[in-house]
Amino acid sequence: MSIDSVFVHKMWNDHELSKMVKNGIPFPMLSDGGGKVGTVFGVYDENAGVETRGRFIIDPDGIVQGYEVLTPPVGRNVNESIRQVQAFQLVRNSKGSEATPSGWKPGKMTLKPGPDLVGKVWEVWKTDMAFD
Amino acid sequence: MAEEIQAGCARPTGGPVGESPPPEASQEEKPIEEVHKMIKVGQKAPDFTAPAYHKGKFVNVKLSDYLGKWVLLCFYPGDFTFV
Repeated sequence: MSIDSVFVHKMWNDHELSKMVKNGIPFPMLSDGGGKVGTVFGVYDENAGVETRGRFIIDPDGIVQGYEVLTPPVGRNVNESIRQVQAFQLVRNSKGSEATPSGWKPGKMTLKPGPDLVGKVWEVWKTDMAFD
Repeated sequence: MAEEIQAGCARPTGGPVGESPPPEASQEEKPIEEVHKMIKVGQKAPDFTAPAYHKGKFVNVKLSDYLGKWVLLCFYPGDFTFV
């Protein structure tokens, strides 16, 4: 979503993005002229008249599970966004019985919070696991 | 899911759902209002509609039409910016 019109979105997709992504952008490119939606989400920069790089993870109930906002010159890490969605999906599928520790990726161990784990995380989770 | 819209000369716009624009007189209170509206994790995302370009068509997208699915909503400064 940006403040550009749908016509500009079409031109950008058809003339540039479709040369980077086969068959063009697969998801809807949303237009927010005037930044009304961006204002509600807290990412519209009134002075610059544009939206900052806000990224919101919204779950199937419409609940915001996470967000990240960057100023324009630094691009996002798409893999990290996907990792976060996978982590939230795992937590949701476990009905909250599992949690994903720092550095978790699909396939890595999760934690099962409860009375038995209090003070025992150091036994099952090592700091190296945040970085591998 | 998304309803197709006709491409006319008027630029289609969307906006938050279920909120009327604030009256002119309340302009001075606006910053306070915005603080209240800050997005918080664990709370409902504000619903909105927005015109969109999707696979060759102009459509109208409503966030609440995606209930039941995971949504990654991304804002960016503008088309043809470099990052």
